[in-house]
Amino acid sequence: MNALGFLRSRLWLVTLSALIALFVVNWILQPNLVTPNVLKSNLSVFLPVILVAIGQTYVVLGGDIDLSVGSIVALVNVVTVSVIAALGGGVGGVLGGIAAGLVVGVACGLLNGALVALLRFQAIVTTFATGIIFGGLALLVLPTAGLPVPAEYWRTYGSSPLGLPVVLWVLLAALLIVALIAGRPFIKHLAAAGGLRTAAFQTGLKLAQIRILAYALCGLFAAFASLSLTGETASGDPLMGRTLALASISAVVLGGTALAGGSGSAFGSVLGALVLGMIGNVIFFAGLPFDYQTLIQGLITLLALAGGVLVARRN
Amino acid sequence: MNRIKTILTDPLVLATVSILLLLGIGELLSPGFARGDQIIRLLVVSAILGMVAAGQSLVVIGGREGIDLSVGALISLGAVLAGNAMSGSDGGILPAILVAGGVTFVIGLINGLGVTLLRIPPLVMTLGMTGVVQGGLIVLSRGIPSGNAAPSLMGFVNRPLLLGLPGVLFLWALLGLGMWFLLRRTQLGYAIYAMGSNERAAVLTGLPVKLIRTLLYGFSGLLAGITGVVVIGYTGNSFVSVGDQYVLPSVIAVVIGGISLAGGSGNYLGVMLGAIALTLLQSVLTTLQLEFWGRQLIFGGVLLLLMLLYGRTKQLRV
Repeated sequence: MNALGFLRSRLWLVTLSALIALFVVNWILQPNLVTPNVLKSNLSVFLPVILVAIGQTYVVLGGDIDLSVGSIVALVNVVTVSVIAALGGGVGGVLGGIAAGLVVGVACGLLNGALVALLRFQAIVTTFATGIIFGGLALLVLPTAGLPVPAEYWRTYGSSPLGLPVVLWVLLAALLIVALIAGRPFIKHLAAAGGLRTAAFQTGLKLAQIRILAYALCGLFAAFASLSLTGETASGDPLMGRTLALASISAVVLGGTALAGGSGSAFGSVLGALVLGMIGNVIFFAGLPFDYQTLIQGLITLLALAGGVLVARRN
Repeated sequence: MNRIKTILTDPLVLATVSILLLLGIGELLSPGFARGDQIIRLLVVSAILGMVAAGQSLVVIGGREGIDLSVGALISLGAVLAGNAMSGSDGGILPAILVAGGVTFVIGLINGLGVTLLRIPPLVMTLGMTGVVQGGLIVLSRGIPSGNAAPSLMGFVNRPLLLGLPGVLFLWALLGLGMWFLLRRTQLGYAIYAMGSNERAAVLTGLPVKLIRTLLYGFSGLLAGITGVVVIGYTGNSFVSVGDQYVLPSVIAVVIGGISLAGGSGNYLGVMLGAIALTLLQSVLTTLQLEFWGRQLIFGGVLLLLMLLYGRTKQLRV
C-alpha cells in the first residue's frame, strides 16, 4: 500500500518505466535503433506531439482543455510560410516568418483564454468552435498545400550545430522553458485554479489572468510544434496537425496529469508523448499484419490510459 | 426586463427563433429553400443527428463530465455491420438492426464500466474506445466500403411513408416521446437528473449510480449503432469513417438544446430543435456558395454566439 502511495505522488516514474520497457522492446525488434540517425529521425517524428502536449498540460492543469491546438498548428504554419514568401525568403524572411508564426500562436491562445476565462464559456465547445475558425483562417491564408520554404529553413532544421541535431536542441530548449516555469509561483496558482477553483478565487488569486496565461502558453508551444513540423515538411499545409489535439490530450493523461485539473506536470506529458510514439514504433516493427496495427495500437493506448488513471486514482 | 431576458435566452425559444430565421434567410437567398420537400430532406438529415444526440444527451445529463466521443466510430461500426448483415436484401433488415444495436450496446457498456468502475474520465475513455473501434473497423472491412442497404430500409429513410413524410421522421418523433417519458415520467429519469446535479446526494439516497451511469453509456452506444443503420439507409452503402462527421455536432446539438455540459439539467425537446437548427445552419451556409473557409468562419462564429447566449458557466462568488 505504501509503495502504491509512493507511486501515486510520482506518477512520472510509472510512465518512465513504461517508456524504458517499450524502448528495450523496440531495440530488440529494431537492432539499429540506437544509432544517431535513427534516434534523430524518431525524435523528429515525436517532437511536434511532445511540444503540443507540453502546452496542453498547462491548460489541463488549470482545469480547462484546448481542442483547437491542431488548428493553431495549421494556422501558424501557413502564416509562417506566407510571411517568408512575402518577405522574399532569405535569412531575414525566415526570421520574420518565425516571429509572425509565434505571434499568431500566442494570439490564438489569448483569444481562447479570454473566451473561457473572461466570458466564462465552456472550454470544450469553445475551443472546438475556435478550432473551426482557426482552421478556416488557415484555408483563407493558403487555400491548398504548397508554397515551399527556402532552403535556409529546412537545412538549418536538419543540421547539427555543436554536434547535436537541431531537433534535440529544440527539445532541450523546451525542457528548459518547462523547468523555468515550474520554478515560478504561477504553476502553483494554476494548479490551485484547476483543483479548487472556488477556494482559489476566495483566496484572491487572479484566476482569469492565470487561466489566460495558460492558454497563451499552449498557443506558444503549438507554434513551436508548427515551426518544427514546417522544418520537417518544408512547405505550407492548411490541413496540418489534424490529429495533434487528441494525441496531446492522450499524452497529457499518460503523463499523469489529472484531466479534472489541479495536479500533474509538463515533464510527465513529455514522457507520455514519448510512450505514445514508442507504442506506434513497437507495433510497426513487430511485423503484425497491417490490417491489425490500428486495432492493436488502439487497444494498447486504451489500456495504457486506463492503467495511468488507475495508478493516479486517489480515494 | 429580467423576464424578457429569461424568455429570450430560453433554449427552446432561441432554437425556434433561429430555425424560423434560418428558413427565412435560406428562402431569401435561394427561392424554394423552404419548400415542403426541401424541408423534409432537411428534417431527415436532422433526424440522423438528433438520434445520436439523444444518447449524447443522456450521458451529459448523467453528469460527472459525461460525454461520449465514441459515437462517431460506433455509427460507422453500426453502418458497416448492418450493411454486411443485409447485403441488399430486405430479409436481412431485422438481423442487421439486432447485430448493429447489440454490438454497439455492449461497447457502450464497456465505456460505462471504464468510467464507473475504473473511474477513467469519460473524455479519455470514449476517445480511447474510438481508436479501438476504428482499428476494429479496418480489420472488419479491410478499409474498403462494404455492405449494401436493403431497398426497404432506403425507402423507410428516403421515401414518403405516411402524410408525405418518410418513416424515419416518425421513428425520430417516437424517440422524442420515449426520451420525454424516460426522463420525466420514470424513476430512472429522476435518478439521472439527481445524479447529474448532485452525485453525492444521489449516492447517499441509495441510488445505484454506477449501474445507471453504465447503462447510460450503453444506451448512447445503442443509439449510435441504430443511427448507423439509418445512415446506411440514407446513403445506400457504408465506409469506415462515415460516422466521424457526427461526433462534435452531436455535442453541439446538446449544448444548443440547452443541456449544460455540467449535467443535471435540460431536456431532449431542446436537443431536437438544436439538431434542426444546426442542420439548417449548415444548409444555409452551403446555399450561400461561400468558399469552404467562409463557411467555417461563420459556423465557428455562430457557435461562439450561442455560447454567449446560454453556454456560460456560473460566476464564482466569495
